[in-house]
Formats: sequence, structure tokens, C-alpha cells
Amino acid sequence: MSNFKYLTNGIIRENPTFILVLGTCPTLAVTTAAFNGIGMGAATTFVLVFSNLFIALLKNLIPDKVRIAAFIVIIATFVTIVDLVMKAYTPELYKTLGIFIPLIVVNCIILGRAEAFAQKNKVVPAILDGIGMGIGFTLAITIMGSIRELLGNGSIFDIKLVSENAKTILLFILPPGAFITYGYLIALFNRLRAKS
Amino acid sequence: MAKLESSLKNMILCLFLISMVMSAALGLVYSVTKGPIELASKKGEIDALKVVLPEFDNDPTKEAKEIDGLTYYIGTKSGQTVGYAVKTFTDKGFSGRFDLMVGLLPDGTINNIAVLSQKETPGLGNKMKTNWKDQFKGKNPASFKLLVKKDGGDVDAITASTITSRAFCDATQKAYDGFNKNFSKNEGGKP
Repeated sequence: MSNFKYLTNGIIRENPTFILVLGTCPTLAVTTAAFNGIGMGAATTFVLVFSNLFIALLKNLIPDKVRIAAFIVIIATFVTIVDLVMKAYTPELYKTLGIFIPLIVVNCIILGRAEAFAQKNKVVPAILDGIGMGIGFTLAITIMGSIRELLGNGSIFDIKLVSENAKTILLFILPPGAFITYGYLIALFNRLRAKS
Repeated sequence: MAKLESSLKNMILCLFLISMVMSAALGLVYSVTKGPIELASKKGEIDALKVVLPEFDNDPTKEAKEIDGLTYYIGTKSGQTVGYAVKTFTDKGFSGRFDLMVGLLPDGTINNIAVLSQKETPGLGNKMKTNWKDQFKGKNPASFKLLVKKDGGDVDAITASTITSRAFCDATQKAYDGFNKNFSKNEGGKP
């Protein structure tokens, strides 16, 4: 595969959210607004790129039997760094994402890519894979956030598109709306993939 | 380079080294971000104080007092007390705890309320951040019952968010009670 392929792999063909169906917990929980999707996606992308980079670098120094433990230590370090940096420089965003930042540690996308990709590949493809998967994830949860925010609150990125008292479909902001949106989007992405 | 084999020595050494390096990196990031984090949280507090208190010219965060889990700030202007701000909270929100800053005039009248942190449902409970809370402005809890109308009080609940509205009243009531107990000098309040 060419380097470009590694990068685009995560966007549709192996989209982590809609095709691999990994990292469902943050996908369902934080997508109540489009902006949350961008924030969460950026944080996850950062962790993904750096954990992939380090794991690809260290892959030969980590004995097989303790690899998961070693991966988790590396991932947890970057998550804590994101957590601290967000708290310091973007306190508003930190407040909204709250508990879901520390939970990036257990986001299956990251450990999944470390296991399935980074530990078997060289550094450059690993970084590109991290960026690609990160973009795919960001795109996915931002789309989901936009749909839910639009239907449930009548706005996108906090810009009101309907009048203040208009009736909106509140269900979409609530947890059941997340599952409904998710289901339709998985169907749509599977169709897109089947075509390409 | 060949992959290290999984001998006990290799495993211990590898995990030990990775943990060491990573904790060193974390320590570094922590020491760099410590200042800005404190600054950000203090800035949030001061911004909220500016909203809820009448004009003041001292630094209320310097003389903040913590009593029974609530934090009290006193705003003064040229030495004269203009108002009290109470950082209060409730655990009864729809998504758990949220924090409010309630500004009270010296006679106990609510000047304004600011939402410090909340996790309520967007589009429903988080409407408490909008002009919904303006109905509290200028009301004195001594005569204004801090309960939603459904419970026999004077507060209009947010449509479809009665739980959030109740929790909001609960936090405000807590702030008012604490203020009365610890600061109120006039006889209007409770003993």
C-alpha cells in the first residue's frame, strides 16, 4: 500500500466508527453537539498519532507477553497529557467533554490500531494511519453531532437555524437518538464502501 | 533488530523503563500546565463573580471563605460591602452535580446567578444557562419561594426539565441558607 492509502484508509474504507465499529462509547455519549465532536476527535487524533508513533518505534523492544500492558502505559500517558493541556488552555471545552477525555484510554480505536497496525509497521505508515484514523473518527462523530444537534436543538455549531420557540425533536439529543442516528449512519457508510 | 524474547528479565526491564520514561514525561507536562490550570480556574471564578455581584473593586477571591462545602466571596466597593457571592452546588441534577455562583445583595436579594459547570442535557436541562435564570434576578428568597410551581413554589420550571429546575432551586436555596446563617446581619432572614 502506498503512503497515501494509509492516510485515506481510515476515512471511509476502514472508518473506525462506522465500519470497524470501534470506540462506540464516546461516539454515542459526546455527540450531542457538533462542536463536541470536533473537540473529542482532535483529542483522540492526538493520542492516536503519538501512541502509534511510539509503539512503532518501540515494537522490537517490547516483549510479546507484556505488550498490552506497555501499550496501555504509553496510551495513558498521552491521554493524561491531553487532559492536562485541555484543562489549562481550553477550559470551556474541557468542561463539556469532562469525563470522556480520561476515557480515551480505553477507547478501542487506539489499542486496536496499536495491536493491528502500529506494532506490525514502520514509523511513517504508523503515523499516517494514526492521522487517517483520527480524521475518520473526527469526521464520523462530527457528522453525528451535527445531525443530532440539528434535529434535536435546531442548531449547528451553536448557530440557531430555527426560531427560539420552534419545536425540535428532542429525542435526538437524548441517548435513544444517538443509537438511531448511529444505526442510519452505519448503514449509509456500508453502502458507500460497497460502491467504492 | 530482532524482537526481544519474553523472558522474565526482559519483561520486567521493559515495563520498568517504559513506566519510568512516561512518568517523567507526565511530571514535566504537569509542571508546565500547573500554572495555566490554576489561572484558568481562577479566571472562571472572577468572570462569574463579575456577572453575579454589583460593581466591586476588591479581589474577592483573596478573602474567600469556605464553610460547610460552600465558598463565600465578599465584594466591596471603596470599603463598603456591595454583595456576597456564594459558590454552591447540587447533586440533584439530571446528570448529577452542577455548580452555580449565586450573587446576593447584603439584604439577601438575589442579584444574579451564573452557572459554573454543568453536564445537563443539551437542549433541555442546559437551558438553565439561558435567560431562564433571569426570573431569579431581584427576588428575595425570604418572600420568593425557591420551588418550581409544580411543587407549590414561585419558579417557572424549564419545559421538560423539571428535575434540572428543581436542582437549580435546591442549589440556590442552599446558597441563601448558608448566607443567612453566616453573614446576614439584618433581621429579615432566619435566625
